[in-house]
Amino acid sequence: MSFAHRHLLGIEHLSPSDITAILDLAETYVDLNRQSTKHADVLSGMTQINMFFENSTRTQASFELAGKRLGADVMNMAMQASSIKKGETLIDTAMTLNAMHPDLLVVRHPHSGAVDLLAQKVNCAVLNAGDGKHEHPTQALLDALTIRRAKGRLHRLNIAICGDVAHSRVARSNLILLGKMENRIRLVGPPTLVPSQFADFGAEIYDDMHEGLKDVDVVMMLRLQKERMDGGFIPSEREYYHRYGLDEAKLSLAKADAIVMHPGPMNRGVEIDGQLADDINRSVIQEQVEMGVAVRMAAMELLARNHRGQHD
Amino acid sequence: MSDLLFTNARLIDPEANTDTLGWLHVRDGIIQSQGSDIPPSTDTIIDCRGKCLAPGIVDIGVKVCEPGERHKESYKSAGAAAAAGGVTTMVTRPDTTPTIDNPETLEFVTRRAQAEAPVNVLPMAALTKGREGSEMTEIGFLMDAGAVAFTDCDHVISNTKVFTRALTYARSCGALVMAHPQEPILSAGAAATSGKFAALRGLPAVSPMAERMGLDRDIALLEMTSARYHADQITTARALPALERAKNNGLDITAGTSIHHLTLNELDVSDYRTFFKVKPPLRSEDDRQAVIEAVRTGLIDIISSMHTPQDEESKRLPFAEAAAGAVAMETLLPAALRLYHSDQLDLPTLFRAMSLNPAKRLGLNSGRLSAGAPADLVLFDPDVPFILDRATLKSKSQNTPFDGQRMQGRVQATYVAGHEIYRRA
Repeated sequence: MSFAHRHLLGIEHLSPSDITAILDLAETYVDLNRQSTKHADVLSGMTQINMFFENSTRTQASFELAGKRLGADVMNMAMQASSIKKGETLIDTAMTLNAMHPDLLVVRHPHSGAVDLLAQKVNCAVLNAGDGKHEHPTQALLDALTIRRAKGRLHRLNIAICGDVAHSRVARSNLILLGKMENRIRLVGPPTLVPSQFADFGAEIYDDMHEGLKDVDVVMMLRLQKERMDGGFIPSEREYYHRYGLDEAKLSLAKADAIVMHPGPMNRGVEIDGQLADDINRSVIQEQVEMGVAVRMAAMELLARNHRGQHD
Repeated sequence: MSDLLFTNARLIDPEANTDTLGWLHVRDGIIQSQGSDIPPSTDTIIDCRGKCLAPGIVDIGVKVCEPGERHKESYKSAGAAAAAGGVTTMVTRPDTTPTIDNPETLEFVTRRAQAEAPVNVLPMAALTKGREGSEMTEIGFLMDAGAVAFTDCDHVISNTKVFTRALTYARSCGALVMAHPQEPILSAGAAATSGKFAALRGLPAVSPMAERMGLDRDIALLEMTSARYHADQITTARALPALERAKNNGLDITAGTSIHHLTLNELDVSDYRTFFKVKPPLRSEDDRQAVIEAVRTGLIDIISSMHTPQDEESKRLPFAEAAAGAVAMETLLPAALRLYHSDQLDLPTLFRAMSLNPAKRLGLNSGRLSAGAPADLVLFDPDVPFILDRATLKSKSQNTPFDGQRMQGRVQATYVAGHEIYRRA
């Protein structure tokens, strides 16, 4: 199993075999995480720093848990309340941290490309935990693992990614990953939130939810990212829910065994009906969270192997 | 009423572009056939005595002052004025108080219109909340509630980001957007068109170029968004080449003009007569002639009344402070006939712009004399002379610029779905 990457900055840089390698390894961690003793000491002695320049609860917790289960020393830095407020540039922050010799750096930043910039300046492995509206690779990987386990395969599926595509790094990473694995992808939403340029990536664009969901295997809902919006992209939440919110009626157009996904946190009654989100026969939303820890453990292990290789 | 035959009629058919003597057969409110040979036999025969029978006018941009200012115009008074003017479909504006910008208000006015007006009423809704140009309205819900188009009326959305998104969203709903092409900063506060007359009178004036700038901007946004767009009033020669290019480039754009800009010019303002204050302001004679020619060629698609009732108090003010707008549904046809009598536009062309094109733009089956169309008709004598007395108008407001003027041609009867809703006593 080869995984020749120093960092995990985006799905864009991964080959289909890289993706499969991560998912295969993650499967073993799914099993481990279901044991009462969840330790694998592959990162023992290593230092993992989580730098979040943007608020996060679930992603940060998931990375922290993943690191701890692998035996790393994990430190969380809430960068919003720190030196960045004192005027330090991103590169200076990186250089400062670099001097402390971390082995894994997990970074989330509000600006697209900021994690790439940081990765050029440090000696350790960098994992992108979301940069602006660019990529969120571990989310796409955990979504892929969830789909593979639910559907038994990760190719030749019809997958609808619905809602606020424009502001979503999750949508971009998923579009790239699922495209690499040869699935048919539809982007569904109001044209203000689904720019037509995405057609150039080979996705089919629908502004009618009913047409867009027809006969799909996977319905991936996105959160309406109000905090990233500059001005109004939709008239109101009630009209958005009426036209683009996922409910039983709209879902009935998808295949009978279609699964419902959401990266969380959900806005119930805005992009998804609350009962539907809780329906264990359709919704795999909780499973996505579980897969998140396993995928992050796998990604960190693969990067750590390469990192150790450099030092040995 | 099951069978109805109009005989001895001068049929003005804008679709066939003909003006011929013949008969028109109507059954159950629907036009069945027309011809000039032997007519079918029917229960009821209306002898038109050689007068003109044309498809009823579809008037885009009528202001009815409900909710908010019912003393200026109600659905009842506007409906009566429409019927007397040969307007069989009023397409109403949302610039009321409060603005018609949510489905609840739209449902209210639809209910009022159904109860009070004898003509068809199709409401438009605002494109942005409160016509403030910052947040788009619930276009999807408003369409479900019956909005036929979206417009902020004379408010220009100066924030191009907001306008672009509204156009994009409207496109996905299949909605028609009607805009007022005007450079908003250049035209702010203007009461007249810049030129010799405005200079002489010392009125705050705007260059006619402001209209072209506004149209150029909107056309660029249409190229970005592929939205369905109608310019409410094109009134200047300088804007016409841009419009023509946009049409040739295949954009989904149509344009209207107002009856006032076709039949009056800036000099009519004379001694600060505020009944001649409209928005945009009356233009030069050269502009007026260019706009008439554009209607003739079809570059300008639609003639509207831009019916805007104002009470005496809002008009009895210094010119710059007076409210803009004029009532016009009842004078629309007689004024339009001025262009017929001056040999500039023939009757099929006039009804193409007043009935057929607006109906087509809104996806209506009316505005024509073809089989299957609703029998929304206007019977008029194109030649009878009269002097307009504004006291005889059925509108609650009587702010017409044509008061005391000699006109030629007036409506004799109006039919909606085959029912006579107006007959001149």
